[in-house]
Amino acid sequence: MLNYLIRRLGYALIMVVLVSFVSFVIIELPPGDYLTQKVEQLRARGDRSAELQVEMLRVRYGLDKPFLERYLNWAINFLRGDFGESFEFERPVSDILGARLGYTVILALATTLFTWLLAIPLGVYSAVRQYSIGDQIISVISFIGLGMPGFLLALIILYFSIVVFNLEVTGLFSPEYRDAPWSVGKVLDLLSHLWVPALISAITGTGGLIRIMRGNLLDTLGQPFVEAARARGLKNRTVIWKHAVRIAINPLVTILGAEVFPSIIVGSSLVAIVLNLPTIGPVFVDSLRKLDMYLAGTCIVFLTIMLLVGNLVADLLLAWVDPRIRLE
Amino acid sequence: MSTIPATQLTTAPQDTRRTLIEVRDLKVEFNIRGGVVKAVDGLTLDIKCGQTVGIIGESGCGKSVTARAILRMVPKPGKITGGQILYYRVPRQKKLAGSNEVEVIELTKLDPDGEVIRQIRGGEIAMIFQEPMSSLTPVYTAGTHIHEAVSLHRLLPLKTVGDQMVERITQYRKVTREEAREIAVQMLRRVGIPKPEQRVDSYPHQLSGGQRQRVMIAIALSTEPDMLIADEPTTALDVSIEAQILDIMRELQQTANMAIMFITHNLGVIASMADEIVVMYMGKQVERAKVVDLFYNPKHPYTKALLQSVPKLGPKTGQRLASIEGMVPDPLHLPTGCVFHPRCPAFIAGKCDRHVPNWVQVGDNHWVRCLLYEE
Repeated sequence: MLNYLIRRLGYALIMVVLVSFVSFVIIELPPGDYLTQKVEQLRARGDRSAELQVEMLRVRYGLDKPFLERYLNWAINFLRGDFGESFEFERPVSDILGARLGYTVILALATTLFTWLLAIPLGVYSAVRQYSIGDQIISVISFIGLGMPGFLLALIILYFSIVVFNLEVTGLFSPEYRDAPWSVGKVLDLLSHLWVPALISAITGTGGLIRIMRGNLLDTLGQPFVEAARARGLKNRTVIWKHAVRIAINPLVTILGAEVFPSIIVGSSLVAIVLNLPTIGPVFVDSLRKLDMYLAGTCIVFLTIMLLVGNLVADLLLAWVDPRIRLE
Repeated sequence: MSTIPATQLTTAPQDTRRTLIEVRDLKVEFNIRGGVVKAVDGLTLDIKCGQTVGIIGESGCGKSVTARAILRMVPKPGKITGGQILYYRVPRQKKLAGSNEVEVIELTKLDPDGEVIRQIRGGEIAMIFQEPMSSLTPVYTAGTHIHEAVSLHRLLPLKTVGDQMVERITQYRKVTREEAREIAVQMLRRVGIPKPEQRVDSYPHQLSGGQRQRVMIAIALSTEPDMLIADEPTTALDVSIEAQILDIMRELQQTANMAIMFITHNLGVIASMADEIVVMYMGKQVERAKVVDLFYNPKHPYTKALLQSVPKLGPKTGQRLASIEGMVPDPLHLPTGCVFHPRCPAFIAGKCDRHVPNWVQVGDNHWVRCLLYEE
């Protein structure tokens, strides 16, 4: 098992290096760089002094150097914990991301918890009472959730809460708490805002999970070991939860690793943009659009790390819950 | 280490042949999209303590459904639509106290998820299944499975064994985790699993098919049931393992005076196991007889045809194997009259396709459902 772990970590390291390089190349592909955009902007405003600044800035950001050199510089600094400077914000990348990381993690954990606590019981109910009215209702809602994009739902909720209920639901804090130090009031305010993104991801995120849980459990309930467990005289509830759900839930562990950990970095960016949430997602999307290379690159590298860590954690969890795939 | 006696239940000799299960005119129907399938149609049989009753028939003739009806585990959308299943029960507590007081329970009237049927299921009537490969939950060890059954059903005297001589024990407790493990090791040893102390912690995928079926038997018998329902227990196993499993079942039956309902389509197996045989065809019981009568003096044309279709070794080898003409009918559109008439070599036109045969006695404990034997 230890060997396996070391091997997996080795592969992960190679993967991170490759992904960071490829993503750098891709960001580089469009013609021009951040400064050409900036010059365009300044020109449009009629600012002539900009053209003079450009060369200076180009030297300062190292944009005059060849691509490989820039990449290597950034990569080596990255290992030292220096992620470079954002062109757009003119601040170190670590400052920009660090401030938003906390909220992104809170949001990711809250939505995951909410989604799973909702999806698993509903999926189990749906399977155990197959074709009942409850199952039909759950199925319809989960198909709507599967089909509707999160940002659309966010817009609908925004519209209703502002126009109909006159509620302010964007952001994570009310204006009076936004810059206030942490207090009980601020936490309560956070919770009162958190439900909107949580609800949105509950509706869009649970749909798929409910269907997977339902399908897996229906398969499992038809297995001979479920009948054998019932024939042992166990209660229905014990048969379903201890024998059937325990088996049916295994594939979901993989999904947990592949979805939850990356969402800690980017979350659902589109929903975050619509709701004006101070998470990493919107910054990441923006940095890609503006060719803000070091910011975008850092986001992608962390995203990759989270995905790999998530997969590794999922595989270890799976080995823990299912003796059949334990490695010798 | 062994403080738990191998068998606790000793029954008085006069009790050994009392009736345990009485099935009266049982009907089970499946309401499916295309219509109603009569999976079991008018089955009548009884099973006595210590007796082995074999049920044979082709796939889909209602054998397995009958077994599940007894345990009230008929799968959806099946329903028991008629008849009775009576269970002559000596409750576990009384049995331990040495009483043989019988109470009659109508299994067909019980709530299929209720407390009473759950005590009976696994505790008093245990079942083993056709597919040992998938009848154990993959994430639990053999020991966990046995522990589950034992902790639900087995009771131990509240006081130490030595006290039994002085006063009658009337209070019982459930087994502890350590005792359950001890029972598990004991049971695994009894069903012939090597190194039971280690195997008790094995997961199903670490066991072979034969070992898994042994574990299934160990689980079923760990609660000391009064009856074991074996639904084609050796179909998925190869022949040498089959013989071992059958030996274990016979051996354990003798020591525990347990009734066995043995479901199979294998005539060779049933001949070596059963005292009495019920032959089923399309949900109907067509013949019932003692094993010797059935094999040497079969009455129903279906039984005769079945027996002829067994390959034989000897001077006549080289002949083509006899088979039953025609196809199994569509269960949604059963033939009129006797359901076997389209395939029957003794078919009488105008009679067999019009009249439904009755269940008639043709000999000592020998019953048949065929118009040839009706006046």
